[in-house]
Amino acid sequence: MAGLMAGFARYTHAVVRGIPTSLAADALRSSRSDVDLAKARAEHEAYVAVLRTELGLDVVELAADESLPDCVFVEDAAVVCGDTALVTRPGAESRRGETEAMKGALKDLNLNIVEMTDENATLDGGDVLFTGREFFVGLSKRTNQRGAEILADAFKDYAVSTVPMLEALHLKSFCSMGGPGLIIIGSSEPAQKALKIMQQMSDHRYDKLTVPDDLAANCIYVNLPNKGHVLLHCTAEEFPESTKVFEKLKDYTLIPVSNMEKVKLDGALTCCSVLINKKGNN
Amino acid sequence: MTTEVGSETEVKEKAEESATQSDQSEKATEAESQEVASAEGEEKETEKEKEKEKEKEKEGKGISRYLPWLKKQKSQSQTSPTKEVTPTEEAISTVKQEEEGPAPEVNGHAEEVEEKEAAKSEQVKEKEAESHSNASADTEPAKEEKVDESPDKSAEETKETTEGEGVHEDKKEQEGEVQGEGEGGEEGQTSIFQSPLRLVRKTKMKLVVCRVTQMDGADFTCEVEKRAKGQYLFFKVCEHLNLLEKDYFGLSYIDSHEQKCWLDPTKEIKRQIRSNNWQFSFNVKFYPPDPSLLTEDITRYLLCLQLREDVASGRLPCSFVTHALLGSYTLQAEFGDHEPDQPQPLDYISQVTFAPNQNKEMEEKILELHKSHRGMTPAQADAQFLENAKKLSMYGVDLHHAKDSEGVDIMLGVCANGLLVYKDRLRINRFAWPKILKISYKRNNFYIKIRPGETEQFESTVGFKLQNHRSAKRLWKVCVENHSFFRLNAPEPPTKARFLTLGSKFRYSGRTQAQTRVASSLIDRPAPNFERTSSKRISRSLDGAPVISITDTAENGREPHLELHSDSKVEEVDLSPGDVEATSAQSPLRVHGDNIYVRHSNLMLEDHDKTQDEVLKHQASISQLKRSFMEAPPPSPPQLNQWEKRLTSSPATTIRVQQQQVTGEVEIEETVVVKEVSKATKPGLVTVTVTSSSPDGLSGDKETREQEVKVEEKVVVTVETKAVKQESISSESESEEEAEYHPNVSVSISHTQIPEEDEEEGKIEEDKTTEQDMSAPYVASHPAEIVQLAEEISRGVEESRKEDTEAAKKKIAVMEKEGVKETEESTDDPMMTSDEALNGLTPTGEAVTGLEEEEEPKVNGQASLVEPDQPRPQVICCSEPPVVKTEMVTISDTFAAQKTEIATKEVPIVHTETKTITYEAAQLDGNGDGEPGVLMTAQTITSESLCTTTTTHITKTLKGGLSETRIEKRIVITGDCDIDHDQALAQAIKEAKEQHPDMSVTRVVVHKETELAEEED
Repeated sequence: MAGLMAGFARYTHAVVRGIPTSLAADALRSSRSDVDLAKARAEHEAYVAVLRTELGLDVVELAADESLPDCVFVEDAAVVCGDTALVTRPGAESRRGETEAMKGALKDLNLNIVEMTDENATLDGGDVLFTGREFFVGLSKRTNQRGAEILADAFKDYAVSTVPMLEALHLKSFCSMGGPGLIIIGSSEPAQKALKIMQQMSDHRYDKLTVPDDLAANCIYVNLPNKGHVLLHCTAEEFPESTKVFEKLKDYTLIPVSNMEKVKLDGALTCCSVLINKKGNN
Repeated sequence: MTTEVGSETEVKEKAEESATQSDQSEKATEAESQEVASAEGEEKETEKEKEKEKEKEKEGKGISRYLPWLKKQKSQSQTSPTKEVTPTEEAISTVKQEEEGPAPEVNGHAEEVEEKEAAKSEQVKEKEAESHSNASADTEPAKEEKVDESPDKSAEETKETTEGEGVHEDKKEQEGEVQGEGEGGEEGQTSIFQSPLRLVRKTKMKLVVCRVTQMDGADFTCEVEKRAKGQYLFFKVCEHLNLLEKDYFGLSYIDSHEQKCWLDPTKEIKRQIRSNNWQFSFNVKFYPPDPSLLTEDITRYLLCLQLREDVASGRLPCSFVTHALLGSYTLQAEFGDHEPDQPQPLDYISQVTFAPNQNKEMEEKILELHKSHRGMTPAQADAQFLENAKKLSMYGVDLHHAKDSEGVDIMLGVCANGLLVYKDRLRINRFAWPKILKISYKRNNFYIKIRPGETEQFESTVGFKLQNHRSAKRLWKVCVENHSFFRLNAPEPPTKARFLTLGSKFRYSGRTQAQTRVASSLIDRPAPNFERTSSKRISRSLDGAPVISITDTAENGREPHLELHSDSKVEEVDLSPGDVEATSAQSPLRVHGDNIYVRHSNLMLEDHDKTQDEVLKHQASISQLKRSFMEAPPPSPPQLNQWEKRLTSSPATTIRVQQQQVTGEVEIEETVVVKEVSKATKPGLVTVTVTSSSPDGLSGDKETREQEVKVEEKVVVTVETKAVKQESISSESESEEEAEYHPNVSVSISHTQIPEEDEEEGKIEEDKTTEQDMSAPYVASHPAEIVQLAEEISRGVEESRKEDTEAAKKKIAVMEKEGVKETEESTDDPMMTSDEALNGLTPTGEAVTGLEEEEEPKVNGQASLVEPDQPRPQVICCSEPPVVKTEMVTISDTFAAQKTEIATKEVPIVHTETKTITYEAAQLDGNGDGEPGVLMTAQTITSESLCTTTTTHITKTLKGGLSETRIEKRIVITGDCDIDHDQALAQAIKEAKEQHPDMSVTRVVVHKETELAEEED
């Protein structure tokens, strides 16, 4: 074992979930928009394919559940760090059922499961940013203080700082990790404000990569043994300006992934998978 | 020859060394042949005496600093009449040698002496002679008396004790110890570090047995004199542990309220523990952020011990996996490679506590991981342990219970990087050290003043409620120490500079991390052998039959069970010449200047940027400044903030320097008007009079602060503000109720906003803070000098006052501000106006006249006039309607040609508003301000720049033989824009308070004269 906090963003497994038909009509969304189910499914398939083939991850695919229209956004159902998995209690009541299948999958992966049983606690995985050294938890409509506390309890090694969220749905609606010590951040005011807070709260230094579009700031970074830095980001079609920014990253393998349909449901790239590293864990 | 004492630290160390040496030699003597020794000693003594006399003549006065040390030596020698003399002398010589020459010699010497080689002894003598010469005449008398003087000796010792220099104490105490523990089978040099024993001394100080619990759980017992200081005991323990990098460690005790406190090394133990329970524990006080930078393995080992305990007790929370990992490194370090053939390894594992909720599963995991560490040396295992432990988020965080301003329970965590705020387990805020301008506590409140962020104009003060006053103070001290240790290059000197400061003068007194790193980089001894005592413990728990032998390459494979107790008489450590060498090498270290270790946080960088911004701003036109101020939120004075920011961001050295800096940046004009407010005729004149009086009775308990602000404008408005505060000031810092600390060594210039809580206290604090700031910014050209002058004078006054234990009153400052233009709002809403007003001040700026440097006698006259009716001078001011014409004249005088413009402008002004605001302390009357007194002294200092400041010091005698000093400060600020009286007031008060923290502001009068000129921007 390499020790505490080693091997940031090295993953071996991913958990994803299919898209139910109910997604188009019933999935939660912050703005009114029509979702093309077929397109969304195609998009998701491509996404999973990237995880599987490009990243070489063992992908655990959970079946869609029609009663859970949002179930494709698995990120909110669990937070995995090291060999501990916190099964959350999503802020949206309609989504609480999503954790069942997730818990099962994580158990099968032999992770230590911590469940959020406190009925006063809510937490969406989308509000949790793990930087490799610490956690930031956005206190949003979906995540409350109690939820963050339970997360802190589950991952005792790390500092857990709270970031008040004003507008965006989730903390990761405008940011994500783009590498060790690199935060990709949107340029909107709330995003910048949140970044300031994070910087203030942290003992560590982070570089930031600012992109013009908040939504484009949500990327998936993976450190692959054979490929090094790999970044899954938005396509030029969606966010041309932001894409240009990513293209400036040196020594990165850039993989544009389309997310045009899911984004209508506030689903960003990270939302659709839970990434797990089983190798480093003894 | 030249034994020069560089710093206190050095002295201390030398003392230590010398003590050690003497011990050594003494022991040697004992061990060998006492008779011979004694004989030799006598011989030597005679010789010495002769030499001494010579030396005496040579050097009229020696290095007084050495005195105590020498005395000690002497006394020691006295202890055992027959032989001691020799050893002592030798000790001295040895010490000297250490300083001058290669360390090894020292040892050689000791040995030689033992062997009594004639030639060598001669050398020794010579050396002695030398040392004596250094020692100076002072020592001699004592020595001469030696023979019969046991009584004398004791007397001397007592004296020494009282003198209270750590060094002396150390020595003495060591002697004391010697007495207590003396005997024991010494193995010559071996014992030096380990057991402090040796001579049985006959003179007695009261000795107390101290019990120090070490991090491995073992007890270390030693005797100290009752009046020993903390550092004596601490050094004792370090010596016992063979620890050189000791600055990371400290001794703690449990106070009468069951709270763990750090033993202050500079104070007497007895006074701190306040009980008869001389029980301490040796702990890590400052957790090095990167343990790999420690020099010695033994230091890392001790840090490991502390962390193991922290982890096991739950103080340092970590996950299951981390528990297992850390535990496995512990096993590797303590037991070496996992031996598969060992039966039931779980047996011994379960004897060790790795985690608060340890279970079988964890133990299995630990074992499993342990297997993977095969081949790792204990030192490597320790290093790995630390590498992982240091990443834990709570590593090195000292938590304190508190409540936030809303009464919500939180935890405040002090660490190397700053102050962390936790609610439950969540970090909800963080204040990096560079972000903190001031730390203070008041009663049970703890405050930190925060440097404004990029987007903020003003600094803010955040307050927390602690459980009680003691915990507030404890937290404050921890903050002061941590900040000093981790962020300063050298410890800040205690606050002597500020006379009669309220509150604790506590400062961190040890070496900073930067210093200790340099020091330890020079450690040049072979890695010391040390026992991994927890394995000892384990073996004990296993019925004393250690199943496992330690395979420790670094450790000579000493068998744990051989060692009984830490305080056992058997010396386990070989003191090789190298050791001594190392010690000597280490002692003279001092760090100067450069940043050796500066941690920049993100915030710092941000600040940096900010600073640049500020600079730009500064360079920007006044109008821009004005604009920005106007944009800024009303409550606090913006300009100051900016100054402060800049100040603090630059590693300023001394207050004075800073002041200068400040001055340079201030763009406000000052005009000194020596006269009463009433005379300030010029339109747009704001006069702020701050009268502070601090009547100190013998008890010196009450402080009344009154602030009067008068604002004269065309319309004269008088506002009186009274801020009265009562504070008990106790002579001992321990009991003081408040204190403040400016982490950035900067003078805080700006307005303090104190959060809710007690209004009164808040104000007071504010005032205090302000004082210095005020003066600084306003003094333009010759600021520093003037300020200094003022300070000196006031100090002088203060001292006299102190001596007499009399009450003193000071009238601080009349501030006059001239604002040529006035904003409509200004009159009604001071807050609003303030920003603008300040801006307004700027432009006029340079007009300041030559009044500056004059320290005017005439002022005195004035002052004296004022005095009789001390409390109310301002009233007069207020009442006075501005005589426009007169004022004009005055102004023209004051302001150089530059002002002409303004003058012209002003002429046409028809509408004038005069505003006078007087703030009075409610308790003013009670303080006997009204009492007429006899004027003793009166001094006025006028400084000039953008603003003109006139300071008048008046000391008079009141009934009852009390003297009272009043400082009256008048500041005139002139500007063609709007002036903010509130700000002026705030500044004046601040300044006054800072300059004279011991005094109370009794009255502040702001006199503001404004022309309601038609011409508005």
